[in-house]
Amino acid sequence: MNRFLRYLVLFGGALLFVFPFYYMLISSLQEEPDTTLKGAFPTGGFTLDNYTAIDERVDLLQSLVNSGIFTGGVLLGTVVFGVLAGYALARLHYRGRGTLFAVMLLVQTIPFQLLIIPIYVMIVRTYGLADSYLGMIVPFAINSTAVFLFRQFFLQLPEELFAAARLDGASELRILWSVALPLVRPAVLTAILLTFIGPWNEFLWPFLVTKDADMQPLAVSLANYISNVAGRAANPYGAILAGAVVLSVPAVALFVAFQKHFTDSDLGSGVKG
Amino acid sequence: MTETVDRTRPARSRSRLAALLGRQPLGIVFSAPYAVFLVVVFAYPLGLAVWMSFHDYFFAAPGVEVERPFVGLENYQAVLGDPDVRESFLNVVEFLLINVPLTVVLALVLAAALNGAIRGRTFLRIAYFAPYVTASVALVAVWLFLFSQGGMVNQALGPLAPDPSWLVNSTLAMPVIAVFVTWKQLGLFVLFYLAALQNVPKELYESAASDGAGRIKAFWHVTVPGVRPATTLVLILATITGANLFTEPYLLTNGGGPNGASSSPVLVMYQKGIEQGNPDTASAIGVILVIGVLLIALVTRKVVERD
Repeated sequence: MNRFLRYLVLFGGALLFVFPFYYMLISSLQEEPDTTLKGAFPTGGFTLDNYTAIDERVDLLQSLVNSGIFTGGVLLGTVVFGVLAGYALARLHYRGRGTLFAVMLLVQTIPFQLLIIPIYVMIVRTYGLADSYLGMIVPFAINSTAVFLFRQFFLQLPEELFAAARLDGASELRILWSVALPLVRPAVLTAILLTFIGPWNEFLWPFLVTKDADMQPLAVSLANYISNVAGRAANPYGAILAGAVVLSVPAVALFVAFQKHFTDSDLGSGVKG
Repeated sequence: MTETVDRTRPARSRSRLAALLGRQPLGIVFSAPYAVFLVVVFAYPLGLAVWMSFHDYFFAAPGVEVERPFVGLENYQAVLGDPDVRESFLNVVEFLLINVPLTVVLALVLAAALNGAIRGRTFLRIAYFAPYVTASVALVAVWLFLFSQGGMVNQALGPLAPDPSWLVNSTLAMPVIAVFVTWKQLGLFVLFYLAALQNVPKELYESAASDGAGRIKAFWHVTVPGVRPATTLVLILATITGANLFTEPYLLTNGGGPNGASSSPVLVMYQKGIEQGNPDTASAIGVILVIGVLLIALVTRKVVERD
């Protein structure tokens, strides 16, 4: 590809990707919505009122805490049990390993959303876990994609490393913790980032489980605001976009902070299977 | 010598244990929590969904014994005869027809342009990945603003603005959703294609060049077949996304509007199963979708493995 054309495609495309984020931020800081092209580059009329407005309708702090607990629970489950399972699938020989691996792959092709009715019946109706953190976390507790990535990472380590550690009498737990994990740390960060965006951004499941506004994660309370009350607010889009900024910032900031670990080779190892 | 005698017994029973549980039975302990999780969150609900779809199932207070008679294929007949359900399935087909080609072409072009030394790599990576890591709910908020009646897109188009506007236009609502999802997911697929491009052997380009093939011809005969596994992945993941579609029709087009023109099967499942209290017919939709997704994944793999 011609050099000039290449840069034009790449940076022109990138502009289309970044513009909605810029527009979200700038419009959330405007007193009056101005949808003209010139309105995208305002010179005055900046205010933080929209953030106060959304906070009055949706308890931002409580919603962020709920999102944090939901996401934290999933991260904990995935890091503890997912790493153990990934290590076993990659490095230990035991009965049932092949079956577990096959089921794990199958699970990736069955969309979770399609099981939403029976899971709703189980968790909300049978176990009465509506409006609880546990009910929110359980269906997401161990991210299968992360388990798959953990397995791929552990599989790439040389077998001699494990043989030597076992010869020295180290237990499997000790080998996993002190030998294997430190070697795959950057890759584990990728898996953690991928796991984070799942529950933080998830809408349908927490929307079904939480009817109590004090339990709703931010994605749910903001969506409810968009579909219910937005029409009646003085500057509905300003308030909605202020909420959208608050919801986006943690995930984007985390990604920017860790993006150098998030390389094609890490994910590529997962794709190549 | 005593040492060896001491060792033989446990060694023998250990080998019997090994035959039963494998060489490192600790693996069973390590993977047990994940296996239990898969049973509780996937296997059991899948079985329950199938069971519900063959019975007259309704919500009852917990602990109350109610009769839920077997009804055979009644729920499936009801679902397949329902025009709302059929429309939602056709909408997914429309979604795939727009999303898949758009994703494959754009992701491949961007990956080819990104391949090799380039300035501003970090910025580009962040830009293309930002929509993927951001919540749909937040992005839908901006798109609602951009594509509303008096929004910036219509302002920019002036007299060319569609009437009725994008999100309330029955012809345009689903395409807007398909483009939104393409935009949101594209970064991931660019990454997949970048990884796939690293696997295309350089010699193939050299031999293509020595055969007198131009750049476009080499792209068509070397690059495109070389990245085919990534293309399969696009097809499978797009099918899964299409089958999963909920947030966008729920919020962006205000519940699959106008008049169901942008509804999705999961949205219909939610409306029928939870809003209207018919979890049995909703489960039937879910079972049909699971079968559909698995069939498409299977066919895609077969077609790719054939050559």
